Amino acid sequence: MKTSGSISRRLTVLLACVAALLSVLSWSMVTSFARQAAERTQDNILEASASIIAEALRSEDGEVRLELPYSAFSMLGAISEDRVFYHVTQGGATLTGTPAISADFVSPAPGQTRLNTTTYQDEPLRVAAITRVILAGANRVAVTVYVGQTRYGVSLIANDLSRTAALLSIAFFTVAVALSAVVARTSLHQINVIAEAVARRGPTDLRPLRQTPPQELAPLLQSLNRLIDRLSRSLRQSEDFIAEAAHRIRTPLATVRAQAEVALHSVDDVTEKKRMRQIIRAVDESSRSAGQLLDHATVAYRSENIPDTAIDLAQIASTATAALQPTADMKDIDIHLDANTAMVRGDDVLLESALRNVLDNAVKYSPPETSVTVRVRTAGASGEITVSDSGPGLGDEPFEKYTERFQRGKNAEGTVGSGLGLTIARDVVLAHQGRIELTNNEGNGTCVSFILPRA
Amino acid sequence: MRYLLVEDNQELAEAVVNRIELDGHAVDHAGSLAEASDCLAAADYDLILLDVMLPDGDGRDFLAARRDVSETPVIVLTARSQISDRVGALDQGADDYITKPFDFSELEARCRAVLRRRGGAARNDVAVGRATFDMTNGTLAIGDEIIDLRNRELRLLEVFVRSKGGILSKAALMDRMFSYDAEITENAIEVYVGRLRKKLGHAGARIETVRGVGYRLHMS
Amino acid sequence: MRVIHFAASLILALWANASAALEVEEQRTYPGTGPTTLRILSTADLDVFEPFLLSFQASVPEIGIDYTVSSSAEVFRAVAAGEAFDVVISSAMDLQFRLANDGFAQSFVSDATEALPDWAKWRNLIFAFTSEPAVAVISTRAFAGLPVPRTRQDLISILRENPERFAGTIGTYDVRSSGLGYLFATQEARISDAYWRLSEVMGRLDPQLYCCSAQMIDDVSSGQLALAYNVLGSYAGQRLAGPEGEGLQIILFEDFDNVMLRTALIPNTATAVTEAGAFVDALLEVGNRTEKGEWVLPPLAPSSAQELSFGPIRLGPTLLVYLDPLNRRAFLESWQSAIEQTPD
Repeated sequence: MKTSGSISRRLTVLLACVAALLSVLSWSMVTSFARQAAERTQDNILEASASIIAEALRSEDGEVRLELPYSAFSMLGAISEDRVFYHVTQGGATLTGTPAISADFVSPAPGQTRLNTTTYQDEPLRVAAITRVILAGANRVAVTVYVGQTRYGVSLIANDLSRTAALLSIAFFTVAVALSAVVARTSLHQINVIAEAVARRGPTDLRPLRQTPPQELAPLLQSLNRLIDRLSRSLRQSEDFIAEAAHRIRTPLATVRAQAEVALHSVDDVTEKKRMRQIIRAVDESSRSAGQLLDHATVAYRSENIPDTAIDLAQIASTATAALQPTADMKDIDIHLDANTAMVRGDDVLLESALRNVLDNAVKYSPPETSVTVRVRTAGASGEITVSDSGPGLGDEPFEKYTERFQRGKNAEGTVGSGLGLTIARDVVLAHQGRIELTNNEGNGTCVSFILPRA
Repeated sequence: MRYLLVEDNQELAEAVVNRIELDGHAVDHAGSLAEASDCLAAADYDLILLDVMLPDGDGRDFLAARRDVSETPVIVLTARSQISDRVGALDQGADDYITKPFDFSELEARCRAVLRRRGGAARNDVAVGRATFDMTNGTLAIGDEIIDLRNRELRLLEVFVRSKGGILSKAALMDRMFSYDAEITENAIEVYVGRLRKKLGHAGARIETVRGVGYRLHMS
Repeated sequence: MRVIHFAASLILALWANASAALEVEEQRTYPGTGPTTLRILSTADLDVFEPFLLSFQASVPEIGIDYTVSSSAEVFRAVAAGEAFDVVISSAMDLQFRLANDGFAQSFVSDATEALPDWAKWRNLIFAFTSEPAVAVISTRAFAGLPVPRTRQDLISILRENPERFAGTIGTYDVRSSGLGYLFATQEARISDAYWRLSEVMGRLDPQLYCCSAQMIDDVSSGQLALAYNVLGSYAGQRLAGPEGEGLQIILFEDFDNVMLRTALIPNTATAVTEAGAFVDALLEVGNRTEKGEWVLPPLAPSSAQELSFGPIRLGPTLLVYLDPLNRRAFLESWQSAIEQTPD
């Protein structure tokens, strides 16, 4: 069937897109946070380093003296391999260090700290500055300590975290896609439940669906049930019509036949008796034709939808044989049943009806006190039912002739029957992907075989 | 045997009742499901013949309801299509069904088959010479030894037994043996009578040929 | 570039030796078969480095080598002044680090540099290929009858108790002129108070001051010195193995030791960058050897004796601390007052 794409796939893709968006968003946020955190850490270290140096400032003999504390530098080298520069100015003049790093820097007010990013030797340099006032002799001198560090370590840490965040985002995305697929499937499960419930049904099951649908599927289920209801009503109407038609035809026929049979016993005149028999025969023939026509219609309808049920042909044979037994008894015809289990798939009612039609023919066309044999067996990939009788045989006409509607073998003269029996049987067997074989027995009689694929 | 026929078509019912009585059974007729219920409340029946289309309801529904309270065998009379009817009737607990219009012989045969299958019916023994003929189950036996009778021989014996020593013409026998799907000729009747005569010989019963008229069974 | 020159000139101004021309101690050219000549500026003596140079040239004969030896201060000054060299090798870690930190070195990455432990390189600018401890060398004759000192405290006690025996026979670096001496001294002073006490004790004994390890060891060998303090273990080991090694003993103090990393870098001024890379790779390969082998310079892998120590002096910004002129001035003042005492 042509479809307009899969809802499940569309839902999955949509959810995956959302997941991808969230993944990218979370990755970029983590990356930015990581960078900020790393930068703040560096700032803190730079400030600490500058303030350690500033605290080492002292005055001696009216001169500002400084011995750079080892710890101020060891902390800078502790976390990264960044280049370090420093500059100490005393009232604007260089006391020691690299003046270039504070070139575009406004020195902070005494006691204050300031952070700035500058460029030195084509590399960004983060600089912390702190100003301290030293009493050198009688003069108060403002000394500013600048400590600068490149941002190599910050980038390293930020990139590292960014990479980890990227991996986590990819992992999150993968899991989210998998979950999306599961969610989509789970959400659509209800539709499948309803679809399966409909598909599982036999051809005659037209009860409304009783599933409790999710809110969104309620309209679908309602429409489906309304359709089923309409279908079943129209079907019931046509079934009722067939039944009514049969009733209308057959009941009067039955009355005529019964009355004629009673009359047959009450008249003595041979000519009258003969006439009565003719009446009875005519009634039988028309009722039989009507019956077979109705059966044929039923077969045509049921063949549209053969269920996939496992059926034992032996069971079918046994039921059909039992149904025909009383009729056969009347002619002292023995029905031999030789059945081994042979499983096929299909509609048991149809198969039984097909077999009964064939058996009915066999009993009808066989002379009294003969026998009819029904065999069920498996042969290779097939299950077979064979009915052989001791009737007059088929003559030389081709097989197709017997299964065409209303055709009767020319050897069947004088026996009531419309010839539809074999047609019904053929239609049923074809609907089950099988075939029917018709052969003349050696000596006399016919052999009809249904060959069906095994289950 | 006591039968209950539930059938709304008066003419058909009459003919059926007529025919069953001819076979020596008692028949009550009910024209509707309500009447049927009354009959069933008043008497015990060995077999029910039930039409499916009745003025006050569907025979199959009645059947389904009835199955819960009684074991009495039921044969459904139906005018419906064989296929769809078979499913409904047998599923709802009918013992057998027969499609209208039906052959009386077939109806008889089916009734007998159902009763035999149910095994619940009482024997209806008649002495034929030294032998005992069970009309219900259709068996003829001398002591413990069962005399094997074919169906047509059995039917013939039945007709003779019911005639209670009366003379039966070949034509009358042909009528009683009549069946739609096989022409029974006078010759055939002669053959069956010949066979039956031979089998009854062991039992000390005799079928006399009344020349120009027919046959008569002497049961002792 | 103006900034760099400014920084460099400032550093130069802080050093006594400010003349423009490089003071070359030794220089030799090993012509190659190809047109390229690798200009190497090094603090290591030719006789120490020649075996390596020859083996390098044997494997890559097309590269010619121009090997110039100078003092560590000169080496630093020349590179900072922008003189063109392809590889710079120095035992003064602090100056080498400063060159890298201040942007005079260029980055180099190869399998060999990737294989180096983290402590042996800094930002792919500077690479260590030896680790050499500072040791003391004593004359067994001069110490006859005395216990061999195992810690600096032992040495302080021995010197203090035998002033007559050791007067004028103690040798150590003149840290004012020796970059390596200054590095060892500052690191030792940072680690332990014992350094200043030892300096005081030595100062009272009229110590002899040297520029270089080799001369100090020679003088111990000749009997002129009883003790050479803080000399390079590698030089001492080489001397001990020779014929004049008799009567010498190397002492690796147990309290702590100073391990110096000899480093190489490729300066910004390098022109034969590829060849310089090959040379550094060869150096690192030798530095990574597991057997001591023929070469005087020890491998990078710490020997079993050094495993107990603090590890080598760290390549990092802390090396800048004692290079600061203010710190240097303060340190030298203290050192001078400790070591240059007029004997009573």
